[in-house]
Amino acid sequence: MAVTTQAQPILNALPTVSGRAGLGGTLRSEFTKIRSVRSTYWTLLVLLVVSVGIGAAISAGTAANWSRMSPASQASFDPTQASVAGLFYLGQLVIVVLGAMTLTAEYSTGMIRTSLTAMPRRAVVYAAKAIVFAVVALVVTFVAAFISFFLGQALLSSTHDTATLSQPNVLRAVVGSALYVTMCGLFAFAVGAMLRHTAGAITSVIGVLFVIPILVHLLPQSWYQDIVRWLPDAAGRALSVTVGPPPPNLFSAWNQYAVFAIYTAILLVVGAVLFRKRDA
Amino acid sequence: MIEVRGLVKRYGDKIAVNDLSFDVEPGHVTGFLGPNGAGKTTTMRLILGLDYPDAGAAKIHGKRYAGLAYPMREVGALIDAKAVHGGRSAYNHLLCLAQTNNLPKRRVGEVLELVGLTEVARKRAKGFSLGMSQRLGIAGTLLGDPAVLMFDEPVNGLDPEGILWIRNLMKALAAEGRTVFVSSHLMSEMENTADHLIVIGRGSLLADCTMEEFIARSSGQTVRVRTPQLDLLSKAVSETVPEATTAGTAAVRPTATTEADGSLTVHGLTAAQIGDLAFDHGVRLHELTVVRASLEAAFMELTADSVEYRAGQEQPVPVSGGVV
Repeated sequence: MAVTTQAQPILNALPTVSGRAGLGGTLRSEFTKIRSVRSTYWTLLVLLVVSVGIGAAISAGTAANWSRMSPASQASFDPTQASVAGLFYLGQLVIVVLGAMTLTAEYSTGMIRTSLTAMPRRAVVYAAKAIVFAVVALVVTFVAAFISFFLGQALLSSTHDTATLSQPNVLRAVVGSALYVTMCGLFAFAVGAMLRHTAGAITSVIGVLFVIPILVHLLPQSWYQDIVRWLPDAAGRALSVTVGPPPPNLFSAWNQYAVFAIYTAILLVVGAVLFRKRDA
Repeated sequence: MIEVRGLVKRYGDKIAVNDLSFDVEPGHVTGFLGPNGAGKTTTMRLILGLDYPDAGAAKIHGKRYAGLAYPMREVGALIDAKAVHGGRSAYNHLLCLAQTNNLPKRRVGEVLELVGLTEVARKRAKGFSLGMSQRLGIAGTLLGDPAVLMFDEPVNGLDPEGILWIRNLMKALAAEGRTVFVSSHLMSEMENTADHLIVIGRGSLLADCTMEEFIARSSGQTVRVRTPQLDLLSKAVSETVPEATTAGTAAVRPTATTEADGSLTVHGLTAAQIGDLAFDHGVRLHELTVVRASLEAAFMELTADSVEYRAGQEQPVPVSGGVV
């Protein structure tokens, strides 16, 4: 029995502190949370494998078929875009799951009640979660982007049509793929904060990032041309193109990214307001 | 010290907490009692700021919970032992809580030791029994060495050894001068633990008193008397002028009722008073027994009108007399 006598205090005294609990401690706490569950490692491993693997498969396939490709196809081939396509198209799917679950997993497990009892200042909890997720996502997507790029160029070497980082727009496309995918994750984080439900959040974000762009294609051409630059996923296409003219109907690459960033910022603010206002 | 003032919480049309006011004082175990659905958990959530009240306020050491500088150093609260991420180990669960309040890492090991979970510290919480989860939850409340502790139904799902452990821990924490506020829907769990009781039903306050007052107030306290001179004693009892009671409860005129089995049930007098009375009147006594309704019965009587969910049609609550 742990407690039988009164002679000894139950707990050892703690060192005294001043100030108040704030963002620093909660950032450490959120980092402990994200690194201490296996699902984080599985998700990030899947992100790396899928991103690098798909990029490598596209690059290897192109190299194998290079001699059979028409000169026009060869001229329009974008070796940078091909090498990071896995990260762009499938990496964002994976990061959307991780981003959404950063908050929704706390609701599905009930952990949110424990978290908000430990740190009742909700804006601090929300900010710490978003920051830790964004940093982890940035690191992993940068690693995935550069591995994908260099592996892709190595596999394409037989075509003698490979890219280097010093060529125009190539570094932008590689870095941009990481930044775009990270933004997708933050977008999903915010939707998760609003819906507080994993499946609902993931479905909604995939709807916005994948399904709406397809549906918009079905609109009359003139409408499509006006609307397409206002879609969040347009940032990905604008950033990734390094060969030939920039994609039609879009803003310049970084401005197109800013459109996506503004959407994400708005959702993050709405998510924060709801997170603070609602009963946990 | 917890102060609750005029707390109101509605969920849609339903009032979960209805103008609730009470204080929870340090140095005692205060039992927070009420039937299922009475609003106990909601009240605790409101105190912790997990839910927002529609009116009123709850303060701890004069501040709202969210305004405390280091919340875990002032309050340790366990609302739901299963509110953990099952994929995280016990150690990492406690570590991530400790870090939010800048508590030293070594503290995690200390509280794990205290609740007896050191051996499973690296095991994922998913595999924990309810009893182990309760211990993990309690470990979390102790991280910050808080002056105020709140536990919601902490003995649910525990084996007798675990229940005894929690009772002793709560008493020891209160003996150190801490405020211990613990909810339960079973009076029997509080009977040997709580010094003070706050009883609610349908979100409203039904009683806020010490355990002794609750016992004294319970209407089940009677004395059974057997005598061949039934009429003489009945008359003597009903003519007795009541003394002012100490607990502040209204003085009740003693009554004597003749039961079907020929015994006499006396309300409002102690066994000693009846014995003296009989002696004064020359009445011979064959039996003099204090019949005390259990606290459970008194609690059920108090909350009978406010039970939220009841099986079948309403039935009168049988008051089983335990002989002391």
